[in-house]
Amino acid sequence: MKPPAFEYVRVGTTEEAVAELARDGEDTKLLAGGQSLMPMLNMRLAMPRRLIDLNRVGELEYIREREDGVAIGAMTRQRAVEKSALVARQVPLLADAMPWVGHFQIRNRGTIGGSLAHADPAAELPAVAVCLDARVTVRGPEGSRTLTSEQLYRSYFTTTLASTEILTEIWFPAPPARTGHAWLEFARRHGDYALVGVAAAVTLRDESIAEARLALTGVGGRPTRARDAERRLVGRRGSDAVLEDAADSVRQTIQPASDIHGTAEYRRRLAGTLTVRALRLAIERAGRAPSRTT
Amino acid sequence: MTPPEIAITVHVNGRSYAERVPPRLLLSDFLRHHLGLTGTHVGCEHGVCGACTVLLDGAAVRSCLLLAVQTDGAQITTVEGLAGDGERLHPLQEAFREMHGLQCGFCTPGFLLTAVELLRDTPHPDDLTIRRDLAGNLCRCTGYQNIVHAVRRAAELMGRR
Amino acid sequence: MTTRAIGARIPRNEDPRLLRGHGCFVDDVNPADGLHGAVLRSPHAHARIVSIDTSRARALPGVDLVLTAADLGEVNQPTPLLIPNPHLTYPRTPRPLAADEVRFVGEPVAFVVARDRYLAEDALAAIDLTWEPLPVVASVEAALAEGAPLVHADVPGNRAARMAQQVGDPAGALARAARVLRERLYIERSCGSPIEARGVAAEYDRRAGTLRVWVSTQAPLPIKNGLARIFGLPEFKVDVIAPDVGGGFGTKIMLFYPEEILVPFAAIRLGRPVKWTEDRREHLIAATQERGQRHDVEVAVDEDGRILAIRDRFVHDAGAYTPYGIVVPIITSTQLPGPYRLRNYAVEFDVVYTNTAMVTPYRGAGRPHGAFVMERVIGLIARELSLEPAEVRRRNFIQPHEFPWDVGLTFQDGGPTRYDSGNYPLGLELALERIDAADFRRRQAEARRERRYLGLGIGCYVEGTGIGPYEGAHVRVEPSGKVYVATGLTTQGQGHHTTFAQIAADALGCDPADVTVVTGDTRKFNWGAGTFASRGLVTSGNAIGIAARKVRDKALRIAAGLLEVSLDDLELTGGAVRVRGVPDTALALGALATVANPIRYAYGKEASEAALRLVKPREGAVLAPGEEPGLEAYAYYAPPQATFASGCHAAIVEVDIATGDVKILRYVVQHDCGTVVNPTVVEGQIHGGVAQGIGGALYERIVYDDQGQPLAATFMDFLLPTAMEIPEIEIIHTETPSPLNPLGIKGVGEAGAIPVPALIAEAVDDALAPFGVRVREMPLNPSRVLELVTEGRERGRGAG
Repeated sequence: MKPPAFEYVRVGTTEEAVAELARDGEDTKLLAGGQSLMPMLNMRLAMPRRLIDLNRVGELEYIREREDGVAIGAMTRQRAVEKSALVARQVPLLADAMPWVGHFQIRNRGTIGGSLAHADPAAELPAVAVCLDARVTVRGPEGSRTLTSEQLYRSYFTTTLASTEILTEIWFPAPPARTGHAWLEFARRHGDYALVGVAAAVTLRDESIAEARLALTGVGGRPTRARDAERRLVGRRGSDAVLEDAADSVRQTIQPASDIHGTAEYRRRLAGTLTVRALRLAIERAGRAPSRTT
Repeated sequence: MTPPEIAITVHVNGRSYAERVPPRLLLSDFLRHHLGLTGTHVGCEHGVCGACTVLLDGAAVRSCLLLAVQTDGAQITTVEGLAGDGERLHPLQEAFREMHGLQCGFCTPGFLLTAVELLRDTPHPDDLTIRRDLAGNLCRCTGYQNIVHAVRRAAELMGRR
Repeated sequence: MTTRAIGARIPRNEDPRLLRGHGCFVDDVNPADGLHGAVLRSPHAHARIVSIDTSRARALPGVDLVLTAADLGEVNQPTPLLIPNPHLTYPRTPRPLAADEVRFVGEPVAFVVARDRYLAEDALAAIDLTWEPLPVVASVEAALAEGAPLVHADVPGNRAARMAQQVGDPAGALARAARVLRERLYIERSCGSPIEARGVAAEYDRRAGTLRVWVSTQAPLPIKNGLARIFGLPEFKVDVIAPDVGGGFGTKIMLFYPEEILVPFAAIRLGRPVKWTEDRREHLIAATQERGQRHDVEVAVDEDGRILAIRDRFVHDAGAYTPYGIVVPIITSTQLPGPYRLRNYAVEFDVVYTNTAMVTPYRGAGRPHGAFVMERVIGLIARELSLEPAEVRRRNFIQPHEFPWDVGLTFQDGGPTRYDSGNYPLGLELALERIDAADFRRRQAEARRERRYLGLGIGCYVEGTGIGPYEGAHVRVEPSGKVYVATGLTTQGQGHHTTFAQIAADALGCDPADVTVVTGDTRKFNWGAGTFASRGLVTSGNAIGIAARKVRDKALRIAAGLLEVSLDDLELTGGAVRVRGVPDTALALGALATVANPIRYAYGKEASEAALRLVKPREGAVLAPGEEPGLEAYAYYAPPQATFASGCHAAIVEVDIATGDVKILRYVVQHDCGTVVNPTVVEGQIHGGVAQGIGGALYERIVYDDQGQPLAATFMDFLLPTAMEIPEIEIIHTETPSPLNPLGIKGVGEAGAIPVPALIAEAVDDALAPFGVRVREMPLNPSRVLELVTEGRERGRGAG
């Protein structure tokens, strides 16, 4: 298990990276944290001719408060996001999900941008991003553009980015007042990719659900926003029956696949179970959340 | 056709090495075969087993998921650098011996280096924290129990020093 | 040292080196000028090789050698059948490189040697092969189907072997019984997967004509002698070294693995050292695997739950070849009765070829399957008669006064399956007491009211350990006073360098830390078999004990002569011989070793003084007839038969019926391996065995699709449990020494793994009893647990 031969290019700035991609982007892979790409190289499942190493692009490593939210540079290590007090305060769902990403040694290297761009259909961060309507900034030869995280994902391991583009930043909005979040997942072992994972964000008004956001991982080719379930929740109280109704919707709309770790039917049931549990936890947290965010 | 070798300087266990390496050379192979530091072991080469864990600028990482060229200028600690040259073992090593935290010893270097960061982050960990943070390292011999006890014991020993 | 070394909890001698990263595993062996190998493996489960063209690969820079079957010539014979058996009517073993047909994904087809492994792997991609795919049988069901394709064209019905054994009159008892219960049970494929995969390095010295091979193996001596035959070398010109071995679990005793021949072949051909290190994917597709049986069991039982007879018919999946014979199913069939008095028993099995990786023993070696069947039978009886499973066990145990108990079957080693000693009822009661079984039903009922599902599972087993043929030992005291021990078997984590030292130190009255043990090096000890079948401590341990006592006797004899006292007046403690009660007569072992070698120049001041002080003017030859120089001895131990260890595990699990998750809340082990040499080491063995058992019950499964493609070929899919999945294990030691060997030892290496699947099945059954769930298969994943709940509920509705 050794990587195939490739040409290695180390860049120091985003601009250089974009220029290198533009100069010769054929069969080129961007190396971020490498925690998914390197295994694929070692197993020769990926055979790029060129590798552009982004690890010295310091300008893409930051966590900043911006526009009532938090902007995170694509090359920020997952471990830094996990430990960030700003993230814990302003994007609690992300903070909740972060420890579920692999193991801490993986998060020491893995980057937030790398995970988002790798588009693993069982990964945590894409579902978190989709749940929160996070915005992704990408940069190409023509300059920068911004897209919603839902627009980023096409299918299994495939994004809508052009081969000349680099994901440079992700921006998460801060939650409205009285919002609670929950990330729940069930994996075969601690640290494995989830069989199913659920991200939930619920905002309360009085005792009712004013807004609900629900996204799932492991149930299809891309992170799945459960919009019908969200609609069924709005304006209602979070009773068992209401949560079950949302879970029903989730079970009916997702299209999970079978593999050696679980059948599609199992994943469907698990998605329903985790939906109820995540919503319940999010609602409970929303009840305890301050009525104004600071 | 073969991409050119790249010159790197890496500081391993306090010593500097200037080497030329092919771009695709894994850090694990560089340490083991180029520098002769065979204490870093390779168990899966896809980032699951953790046997190849080293400290890169102080952080525990899988050396099979890094290219040697990426570590140009970096500080690396391997198991050989844990105790220093003296007779005395690192408290973690002492604790592993005292609590029978190793059997075949193949996964052990990875566990030790993982535990270095674990105890730096959490000097007084409870068992669940220990188990959660060790979950990225696989052991086939011990059933983990004595490794958990050894890390707990090391926390005591280090607290005393 | 006045306390006995045997039984002491002392830290391990091998640890400081391993902890500093100074271990030496095969891949750490780096002979100068060495080259690296890589194996091209079949991507097909069954195919004919139409053509193979290596010219592109050979032309690549850095490539030194490309071997195919044709290049191996006479060496490419089918590898030897390790353990022939008359019932194995169609044995088939693989060739080092497939000649014209491949029979499983991963079977070696070509071998490349290059400057480094990277280039060698590049060259694999440049070998051009044309395949003609052949029909595949990927399961025993497919292999036994009417008109099934044949794995080996000349093996009808894919049946390698059929064997039957019987005691008493099972047919009559079954026919007469009022109650006969039946069950079909499955236990699926798993594998050992030590964290150090396999590896081979070889160096051939053309000037001396010597071949030196380092192998990550459990049996270097048979490899050495085999390689001598294969390459036509004298045995004394072949050295095989198993240095530090990073776990074995049975997987590393399958000789010959193809690479164990290919690597030395290439080293001889090139006159340069060659090394091959197995990667994880190779390990998971091409190293040997185990489990994989389907049982149809019938039990006749009386109204009190006493077993009148059992008949079991099972199919054993051999994979593509049978290099290890039919040892695994023989063990299953003979160990199935476990700790129970079973006077009428019939067992019959078929061994079936499939287009999957080869099956050879993996920790437990057929026993987990047998225990699973027997313990499921106990559960079946309990449910039928509304008894506690523990009570059914009590009513069927062999009693302590009934030893030796002859099961009446021929064991794996050709000897009797005769239990030498044990106390099974006590073991059960100790385990139940520790886990507080008396109060469990109350807690279970309380939890069920909160819709939490707790279950209690028990698993009992008897393990035949310490089989022959024999092992030997060399024990020598050096003039420094340090003791050197060598034995032929290997160590792969069991702590032999400590427990063997304890046995030697116990006889020699010295500190175990002063004893250095060498294992797995044919240059140091040339006789023996290897480390497998939970036999190391029984065989080598006893041989070391005998040799050390010989050395002790010689030391006392020499001292008696020097001090001019009777042997009876001497004692050997603290590393010195002295006249009882007269401390200043002490003669250190090192001094006696110096004197024992009548060469009149002694190394070191102390030895020199000892020689001057002690040696008297001589008369006649320095060595009396029959006398040998040195304070050393060789000894061998051949066990008369297996010695039978036993144990009882108990666990409480909680099943989440919304996710299918099975969480182990408590896990208790009672075990009896006779005399315990080092309790810490024994506990470590049990912890690891239980962890592997839990892996095999809930996480690890080797899966093939219907085309024989392995679907669990990485550590992302073959799920070794982590520290988060394995609970704390509480251990109760009981010691019923074996009457069969001088030290009273029984083996313990495999014990921990044996009853776990059986116990988890019982615990899940118990937890999910409200849904009528009955577990008939292992392993279980959460997905399957939920299916069982659903099936149980539907059955319940259908019945209602």
